[in-house]
Formats: sequence, C-alpha cells, structure tokens
Amino acid sequence: MNVEAHPRTGHTFVELEKATLTYGRGDRQIVALGETSLRVDEGDFVALVGPSGCGKSTILKLVTGLITASTGYVYVAGREVGAAPVRVGMAFQNPTMLPWLTVRDNVMMPLKIVPPFRQQYQSKKKTEFRDRAEALLKEVGLGGFGDKHPWQLSGGMLQRASLCRALIHEPQLLMLDEPFGALDQFTREELWAVMQALWMKLKPTVVLVTHDLKEAGYLATRICVMRSRPGQIIDDAPVPFARPRTIDMSYTPEFVSMTQRLRELIISARPVKETV
Amino acid sequence: MEQGLRRRLWSAVFIVGFFVLWEAFCWAFHISDIVLPKPSQIIVTLVTRMPALWPHTVQTLYTTLVGFALGILAGVALGVIVGSSRLAYDVAYPLLIGFASIPKVAVVPIFVLWFGSGAVPAILTAMIMSLFPIVVNVATGLATTEPELEDVMKALRASKLDILWNVGLPRTMPYFFASLKVAVTLAFVGTVISETVASNRGIGNVMMIASSNFDVPLVFAGLIILAIMGVALYAVFSLIEARITGWAHRKDEFAMG
Repeated sequence: MNVEAHPRTGHTFVELEKATLTYGRGDRQIVALGETSLRVDEGDFVALVGPSGCGKSTILKLVTGLITASTGYVYVAGREVGAAPVRVGMAFQNPTMLPWLTVRDNVMMPLKIVPPFRQQYQSKKKTEFRDRAEALLKEVGLGGFGDKHPWQLSGGMLQRASLCRALIHEPQLLMLDEPFGALDQFTREELWAVMQALWMKLKPTVVLVTHDLKEAGYLATRICVMRSRPGQIIDDAPVPFARPRTIDMSYTPEFVSMTQRLRELIISARPVKETV
Repeated sequence: MEQGLRRRLWSAVFIVGFFVLWEAFCWAFHISDIVLPKPSQIIVTLVTRMPALWPHTVQTLYTTLVGFALGILAGVALGVIVGSSRLAYDVAYPLLIGFASIPKVAVVPIFVLWFGSGAVPAILTAMIMSLFPIVVNVATGLATTEPELEDVMKALRASKLDILWNVGLPRTMPYFFASLKVAVTLAFVGTVISETVASNRGIGNVMMIASSNFDVPLVFAGLIILAIMGVALYAVFSLIEARITGWAHRKDEFAMG
C-alpha cells in the first residue's frame, strides 16, 4: 500500500468534527445527522449500528465525499475529505454489478478508474489485472465464475463479487453499507468469515453500517451505536474478542451479553412513537 | 430451435396468406386495377419496370441512410446533453416534446424554401424524423441510471466523463438500439414525404407521378419497395441490437455464448 498517502497526525485516518447534515430549507428542514464527532484509526474496523434513518449511511457518504457536511468538518488521511488522494472501496446492500460486463470485468472496474492503475489499465487488463481479479474472486469462493454475467449468479455470489470490486484496488478505506443485509442467514455468516479474512490480510480502514448486532460483533473492533432524530452517536465501545472470530463464539455468554447491551441501548434511545 | 422454426414457418404462412387473400378478394369482387391492383399484377409491374425503378430505389435508400446517419449523430449528441444533467433535462424536455409533436410534413416546405428541391430537404426531413426517438431514448436511458451505480463510481473519484463512458452510455445502449429500429422506419417516411413534395428523383417522386397518371400498379410497386427496404433495415438494426445489447435481454443463447 501507498504509505505516502497515510496521515501524519497520529493514527487517526477518518475524523468527523462536529459534522452535521440537514436536507431542505425552512420548516421542511430534516436533520439527517445531528452534530457528530467520530475518529477512526488507521486499519480499524468500526461498525455503526442503530435504527433505520439514524444517519448511518449519511456518515458513509460524508466520509467518501459523496455528500458535503452542512456544518463541521470531515477529514480523511489528515486532510479535508476529497483533498487527499485516498483510495476508497464501497459495497452496498444492492451489489450494483454492471449487467453488460462479465463478473471479472465488473471486479476490474476500479482499476480502470483509480490512479495509478488507471494509466496501466490498457496494457495490463489482459494479464496482471485479470490474474489479480481471478485471484480475489477465488479467495471469496467465486473461482471460475469470472466469465459469467451478473444475472447468472445468485444474490450471495453477487455480493461476494461486489466485495471483490470494493477491494481490488487495495483501498485504504473500505465503506460497507449493509452489504450482507439482503442475504439469508447462512450465506451471511459465510461472508462474515470471508470479510474477516480479507480484512486481516489487507488491513484497510473499514466503516461498516449494519442493522445486525451479531454481524457488528463478529466483524468490528469497535461498535458505535446511533440513535435517530436527530442522528447521533450515543455509545462507542471496543469489541474485545480475539481474532479470527467464529460463529460459535457468537453464542458465548460474553458475546451475547454484549449484543444484549447494544440492543437495550438502541431500544432505550428510540424516539417516542408519534401518534398518527 | 424446433419452437423457433415453427414460429417462423407460421409467420411466413401468414404473410403469404395475406397476399393470397388479397388476390382472391380482387378476383371475387372484380376490383378494378385503378382502385386496388392484384398482387400478381404488382409483382409483374415490379419486375418489368425494375430497370426504371432501380435508380430511384437507390436514391431513396441513399437519402434515407444519410439522413438517418445525421439523425443518429445529432440525436446521440443531444440525448447525452439532455440526459446527463438534471437541469438540462428539465429545461430542454418541454421544448423537445414540442418539436417532436410537430407533424414533420409541415416542415418540408420550409426546408424546400431554404435549400431548394432535391436531395437536401429529403435528407433533412429524414434526419428530423429519426432524431426525436433517438434523443428521447438516449436521454431517458441516461437520466434513469441508478444512483447506486453512480455512487460506486463517484466513490472511486471517477470524473463525469468516466461515469458517462463506463456506466451511462453502455446502460443506455438498449434504449438507443430500440430507438434506432423505430427511427430507421421513420427516416424512410421522412424521405418519401419530402420526395413526393419536392424532388424529381426517388420512390416517393415515382409514386407521385404514377398516381397522377392513374398507374396504380406502379404506385403499389413503389409501396412494396419501400416496405422491403424498411423491413430489411429494421432487421439489420435488430441484429446489431441483439449482438450488442444481448445482456439486456438475457436470452439463453446469449448466456451460453
């Protein structure tokens, strides 16, 4: 990885400083994210959990620069977001594969866009990049599926391919927006293991948005609990379990009591139900 | 394959049956040649007058293809501009719809006024006839690109041009080719309209003269030529479409290939 682009200021890689986001104007103003400060260390794996509409995805979009904070600041790699040449990978709940490309070409798409790979794409797309895509596909259990088109794959397979696309350009920052949300329980648990292995190997800084507390506990080194209206972080706790973690571990009393604590936090912070 | 063969067979039977019925109808009711010529008679006319018809056929085909090519160029350019920005879409769409709803016959006299009679107004009419379906489809295809697809690209710091080239345009291809099939037949309509109004060459002109001479079989021969050219070009563009945008149709054969 490119060490030059990494921050000099301590080991904080992502920092939100009193960032807020509001949509609309006047009476119709909606606060998507209340004043939020968050630091994510380099190589950390942070999970954001909370009810729908609490601004989890907003934080991801702020950090990737897809939207700009209404007030406050967002720093990545020690510079304001967008200014630093940071490679970002992203995976969504919807795998968003391009249907006209093969799975391999889909996975290789970031190499076509992101420097420094971009300049080499024409000369290496048939050799080195292709092999790299194949190797990564194999790692997530999609060996031999590179030539297929997206509609020939199941949802779980597409999500694996989507992870490959998010990782092929060796991102320093990986943004996961409920990537396993639409999958069945078994596929999901399988992909947690795949994700953990990839993270331990490549060590990107990861921010994971999820509804699933077990998922957060399995994958993250730190869990931030959010509440809605306005979206805010109300709890921030490390996950102490050793790696590599297993599904069995999620049934230990320690793990269960941790998820229970998170669950109670989320429920108690729920806004009072409005009468309709 | 068995299924496809049977379908094609039925289609052929249907076409032949149509002309047989037509022939029988004319015989049974003693229909005059001047009202509705028999298909057999049209074919005879087509064969015997072919040497005279051929240059006009080539002229009409040429005019149509040039007009159509210009229509594609202008249509794609306009479509990309209109479709790639929300503002341009909102601003330009009403005007486009307004232009599109003008009967194109009405603009032929204007073109004749500007450029005289002959091939130029015919080419221009073919062009504007084929222009609008292309603009509207390309613009719609681009404007309806899923925001998630764009987010993936934007997170990679892709430029607008990157997104257009790698996501927008490929995604728009099915819309584009669907519009080409419609547009190419419209281009024929444009050419023929202009030829009947102001030209001394082309099938449209031949039909105009033939009808004023009450040479009705020749009028119908012209119609048949136009229909054959129209179907042929439609088939060509369907084939190109199937090759390029097979992903959007997800046919079994494509999946296997």
